[in-house]
Amino acid sequence: MSDAIQTDVIKTDVLIIGAGPCGLFAVFELGLLDMKAHLIDILDKIGGQCAELYPEKPIYDIPAIPIVTGQGLTEALMEQIKPFGPTFHLNEMVETIEKIGDPLFRVTTDAGQVFEAKVVVISAGGGSFQPKRPPVPGIEAYEGTSVFYAVRKMEQFRAKELLIVGGGDSALDWTLNLQPIARRVTLLHRRDDFRAAPHSVDQMRQLVAAGKMDLKLGQVTSLEGEAGQLTGAIVKGTDNESFKIDCNTMLPFFGLTMKLGPVANWGVRIENNLVPVDTQAFETDIPGIFAIGDINTYPGKLKLILSGFHEGALMAQKAHRYVYPDKRLVFQYTTSSSSLQKKLGVN
Amino acid sequence: MVKVNFIDHSGTSRPVDVEAGATLMEAAIRNAIPGIEAECGGACACATCHVYVDEAWRAKTGSPTPMEEDMLDFGFDVRPTSRLSCQIKITDDLDGLTVTTPERQA
Repeated sequence: MSDAIQTDVIKTDVLIIGAGPCGLFAVFELGLLDMKAHLIDILDKIGGQCAELYPEKPIYDIPAIPIVTGQGLTEALMEQIKPFGPTFHLNEMVETIEKIGDPLFRVTTDAGQVFEAKVVVISAGGGSFQPKRPPVPGIEAYEGTSVFYAVRKMEQFRAKELLIVGGGDSALDWTLNLQPIARRVTLLHRRDDFRAAPHSVDQMRQLVAAGKMDLKLGQVTSLEGEAGQLTGAIVKGTDNESFKIDCNTMLPFFGLTMKLGPVANWGVRIENNLVPVDTQAFETDIPGIFAIGDINTYPGKLKLILSGFHEGALMAQKAHRYVYPDKRLVFQYTTSSSSLQKKLGVN
Repeated sequence: MVKVNFIDHSGTSRPVDVEAGATLMEAAIRNAIPGIEAECGGACACATCHVYVDEAWRAKTGSPTPMEEDMLDFGFDVRPTSRLSCQIKITDDLDGLTVTTPERQA
């Protein structure tokens, strides 16, 4: 079956949740068996942990590749799956999975996109990357009203008294972008050194020098306000002295952390934050929903990328039965099969 | 073997034996020290193996590299004695090292 857009629903053979290495290699194994895949990822980039946590760090245990970086592995996998033309939906989080056929699933994302897939593959690694919440007592009470971990619409922050916390690109970029429309912007960071791109840091320092914004050094220890409306933040400075920053909106940018998050609401059985699967097909307790890579668990499970690759290959064999119930699957090797080579575009 | 002492935020002390050459984070994980998560597995790519080095040991453990400082930005209640334990390599010189784990990692 090929992709067809009908009203706003995207129909696909297989929907893969998580575009890390295991999700990417699953595209290859599915593709060899004529199954088309769409992939959804909560990050704004492809590669999962390899791209987010260690793009520059070497990996030494990919078979036949003595050394490769997270970014390098992602790029190589993208090259390998190119013949199968997967479609990516980035910056989207799956909210619900509903069984509507035998098997057929309706999947919705937080961007309002609806998918219908015969097979769902959960390759969500450690779960979804979500913004880290600073350990400020009572911060939950302000979330969504005065404390935000992301900027969806800049207009929301027009004429606000903003406190932006952090020293990376997110903190600096939003400082520079929101400074013209906010009433006042204060940037707070724990030290006078920034990870962000040097030119952003220079621009920020120019604004500070021109008196157009404030830069403070320290860490937030408590918040002041009432009924979800922030009025100020108490900050412990680098000299250990506390001071207050007046603000009605706070944007903390403390990076991302992995949380099981919405996976827990998808209806599959969860055990100790992992998805139990069988070891014939790495299928969950719901027929047609598979889980591969770090997110799954079974006796003897090792959280290695190579294990996830193996799991994807076996998953594809079973998925074929759901997508093509009337077709017999003949096992073939890429080295010798002319039909597989044709699919790969090498013959 | 080198002796290292992990003290948690409530003051409970957990002494462990570590082989020289391992990182402090690895020593913590092998000995199931609570309060060290090491989400990224030691790649200096998160800040969930954050410890406070006992004042007396700071000179011997050294100070964080710029990359480690960058990661410490993601840590919580970061202090002058803060280090990421995956970046401290255990040597015979560190016999008796004492570190405290923060109340939470993330």
